[in-house]
Amino acid sequence: MKMILKPCCAIKSLTAILLFVSLTGCASIEPWVKPYERAELADPIMAFGRHPVAIQHSAHVRDSREAAKGADGSGGGGCGCN
Amino acid sequence: MAVAEAVVAVIKSLLAALPGLAFSSSLVAAVLPDNRIDLMHHSYQGGGVSIDGPALMLRSKVGEQVSVSGFYYVDTVSGASIDVVATASAYSETRIESRLGVDYLTGNSILSVNYAQSDEDDYNAKSVSLGVAHDTFGGMTTLSLTAAAGDDEIGRNGDASFSEQLRRYSYSFGVTQVLTTRWISALNAEVDMEQGFLNNPYRSVRYRDPMAELGYGYQFERYPNTRNSFALGLVNKFYLPYRAALTASLRHYQDSWDIRAFDAELEYVHPLAERWVLDSHLRWYQQGQASFYADLFDFANQQNFMARDKELSDFNNLSVGVGASYRFASWAWWPTAKPELNLEWDHIRFNYNNFRNVTVTGAEPGAEPLYRLTANVYRAFFSVYF
Repeated sequence: MKMILKPCCAIKSLTAILLFVSLTGCASIEPWVKPYERAELADPIMAFGRHPVAIQHSAHVRDSREAAKGADGSGGGGCGCN
Repeated sequence: MAVAEAVVAVIKSLLAALPGLAFSSSLVAAVLPDNRIDLMHHSYQGGGVSIDGPALMLRSKVGEQVSVSGFYYVDTVSGASIDVVATASAYSETRIESRLGVDYLTGNSILSVNYAQSDEDDYNAKSVSLGVAHDTFGGMTTLSLTAAAGDDEIGRNGDASFSEQLRRYSYSFGVTQVLTTRWISALNAEVDMEQGFLNNPYRSVRYRDPMAELGYGYQFERYPNTRNSFALGLVNKFYLPYRAALTASLRHYQDSWDIRAFDAELEYVHPLAERWVLDSHLRWYQQGQASFYADLFDFANQQNFMARDKELSDFNNLSVGVGASYRFASWAWWPTAKPELNLEWDHIRFNYNNFRNVTVTGAEPGAEPLYRLTANVYRAFFSVYF
């Protein structure tokens, strides 16, 4: 069995990425899309997770039948899939 | 006790990351999610199994800075999957899941705490998660970090002496970036670690046995006690010139059981007239098998770890789905509410590449036809935004 990441390494890596982005991300570049230019992005059809209750169900259906999980906002728990 | 330890671990990891978020400057404040109620009936029909039940979700702001949410979900399972047909009898069971969450808005950040619990006759899972999302770079960038821990207790119906545990830890990091006035992108990474009983306590592997009537016998499967995984997902959303949205999602997954998976999805959302929104999507998923998976082992106890779960086999699936939302006129007795009815249908076809259909009789062991599965998933839900 291969070890992908140890817990401590994962936390340190994530924190380092976060710090890097936080400290350097906006040093020399100005935001190029102003708030008053975001009407189309704010349209409900563009929302991430437009229907949370449906997304929870869809993620549960997939997680119970596929090995892959994560990076899509789904949760854990039993699967009801014996 | 285990949950308490997990909570402390999660809090420590988040506190370690918070100073990084605090350094970020921002010009646009974060906002709490909208108030809404959703009442849903869901149904899954496929592979001889029927799963359905109700779900209720509620989210409401409390004052200017706090939003609370609750989720109640029931799965009623009946029928017999191919695994059950091969080695056991049909069954029925109920799973109840409940979640509680609190979001706290402070400046440009939202701190979230969630608790989830899932109960079945033979499986009880509890988990807690803490998260922070921070708007920065003039509101064009949102950074998020979530840590979660879970503690599961596993039993086996008909065997009161069987009791196992599983601990789960999860860490995720996300960046959501506005790229143009019509393009927004999100990159999410997640690391999951599980330690404990990862088997399904009912499932068996099969092995060649010349003495058996069918030419093969069964023994309980055996999994490793740890599983570590990494997933990386990228979502791009585009606003099309005639008011429609196109979403393209990609995800890569790999774990310490040597499973590699990839999925890609396209979703198209199209408003129609004033009250209708139509939705369609197409998704492709594929995965390789776990290193200790085999459809038919050469002999009993052939290796330390043995699995024949089709979920760990080499397979792919293709999903197509359509949905429609209809926004009703406001009610006179609650004028600020916006009621909406939603119907969704997904059709999924699974193609297993090394999981054989043992219910077909007359075939040589290991030469049975490959298993195929078709499923239909329905969701009907009534939503009220307020």
